[in-house]
Amino acid sequence: MMMYTEKVMEHFQNPRNVGQIKDADGMGKVGNPVCGDLMTFYIKVKNDRIADVKFQTFGCGAAIAVSSMVSEMAKGKTLSEAMKITNANVAEELGGLPKNKLHCSNLGADALHAAIEDYRKKNLDLKPEAEKSEPRTHEESDVDSCPYCDGPREGMEEYCTSCQLELTECPECRQAMEKDAEICPHCGATRVRT
Amino acid sequence: MNSCLESGAGNPQSLHADGQRARQVVDDARVKLAQLIHSRPEEIIFTSSGSEANNLALKGLALARHNRGDHIVLSSIEHLSLIQAARSLEKSGFKVTRVRVDAQGMVDPDDIKRALTPRTSVVSIMQANSIVGTVEPIREIARICRSEGVRFHSDAVAAVGNIPVDVEALGVDSLSLAADQFYGPQGSAALFLRKGVKLVPLFDGGVQESGRRAGTENVPGIAGLGEAAAVAMKEMEERGKRMRALRDRLIRELPQRIEHVVLTGHPESRLPHHASFCIRFVEGEGMLLHLDMQGIAVASGSACASKSLRASHVLLEMGIDHALAQGSLVFSMVDDTTSGDIDYLLDVFPPIVEKLRKMSPLYFEYLENSR
Repeated sequence: MMMYTEKVMEHFQNPRNVGQIKDADGMGKVGNPVCGDLMTFYIKVKNDRIADVKFQTFGCGAAIAVSSMVSEMAKGKTLSEAMKITNANVAEELGGLPKNKLHCSNLGADALHAAIEDYRKKNLDLKPEAEKSEPRTHEESDVDSCPYCDGPREGMEEYCTSCQLELTECPECRQAMEKDAEICPHCGATRVRT
Repeated sequence: MNSCLESGAGNPQSLHADGQRARQVVDDARVKLAQLIHSRPEEIIFTSSGSEANNLALKGLALARHNRGDHIVLSSIEHLSLIQAARSLEKSGFKVTRVRVDAQGMVDPDDIKRALTPRTSVVSIMQANSIVGTVEPIREIARICRSEGVRFHSDAVAAVGNIPVDVEALGVDSLSLAADQFYGPQGSAALFLRKGVKLVPLFDGGVQESGRRAGTENVPGIAGLGEAAAVAMKEMEERGKRMRALRDRLIRELPQRIEHVVLTGHPESRLPHHASFCIRFVEGEGMLLHLDMQGIAVASGSACASKSLRASHVLLEMGIDHALAQGSLVFSMVDDTTSGDIDYLLDVFPPIVEKLRKMSPLYFEYLENSR
């Protein structure tokens, strides 16, 4: 399929590190079926390094490729190095992702970070100086395109200049969503319609 | 159609010989299409797409009757061109009632009856749904509308050319169709509008299509639509029989090869070439990509497979939960689909599902809970 790079398709067809770790040291779960993606990351930690990592993913081709890439990037890294893996890194390693699939790369890094945080919470005494992961800021590329048509956007216009859809800010994740939509395409938050 | 493209079609509105040849092409196509749907040729308005035909019908009929009513009724699983057209009308002051469907995507004619008010001017219910294949009880709904003096439009884009559609027997006031749904070219479609029914055009301009659709005619596209209609007249019945057998086999055998498969739409009242499923615990785009690599082209109503990142409103309206809707797939038989193709699909598809389920957290959750 033309929309994905060769690298994405390669990881999608041969995903690395698929599965569960029964006695995992940390586990991170993100996503929801409303927006279509669910990811679970499991890590084994040895000497402050990620000795093993496995994932399970329910989602599109991009979500599977992103999970696979994140697992490969994380393996062998120290925990603080792994915390520095960003959405942009992952997308870059994959040779780019279609704009409306960038939220998948957010989920991949988020799931890994959640697994690391889970490990740290369980081992507070081991890691007193636990550094927080950077609060997730939206990638430029997220904000700069309409989530529905990929068209370029500048700031928070009331409608997409490409597809004319009326847009508003999701009250949960602050990214652009269709004005009348009940579900945010990025975070899946459900709004009560007024 | 090719001859129009090669020789360069004249403008059918011109009086010179080239123009008159083009006029002849358009008139011939009109007659062929009228034969297919059992209308009069002058009741056909050529448009650029099914979406345009639907917009023209809903907005055109509603505006033409604005002095008598401002209430519109449609089903909640209509095509987006009607859902959004209704939303536009709502914004400019019309009232809209959206009638729900049952778990198989069926509209209950009694629900339409109950939805009608003295202010109702137009009802719009699709003849067949392209996502789940369900064929709706249009004749009955048309009868109700007629007896209440309400205009009735039916979106038959997924139906015309695939199942017999007889506008006279159905009793509809307007009906939309598109060439690309029955082996014709893209960008060529039409609206049937019963003689004597008033309609406000979307495009103001010249006298083309009796003033109801201004703009120079798409002569090659119209020629292609006419030809597709003529072919459908000849082949539809036999083709339908053949496809129905393949469809029924797929619907019967796929759940035998793969666990946790749900047929979407109505098991009997459905398009003959249409088999649609939700495969539990896996997401549609992943399956679509794998099938594509095996040379099988399918569609999905999952959020990920759509540019809008939303699961198909049709599936959600039928009460299918979000997770299951993500596993939606639509298989359409085409003219050259054979029983061998179904064998091939039944062979290559189960390992794809197995591979994706092996990495699905939802499947693991299910296995753990059922232990």
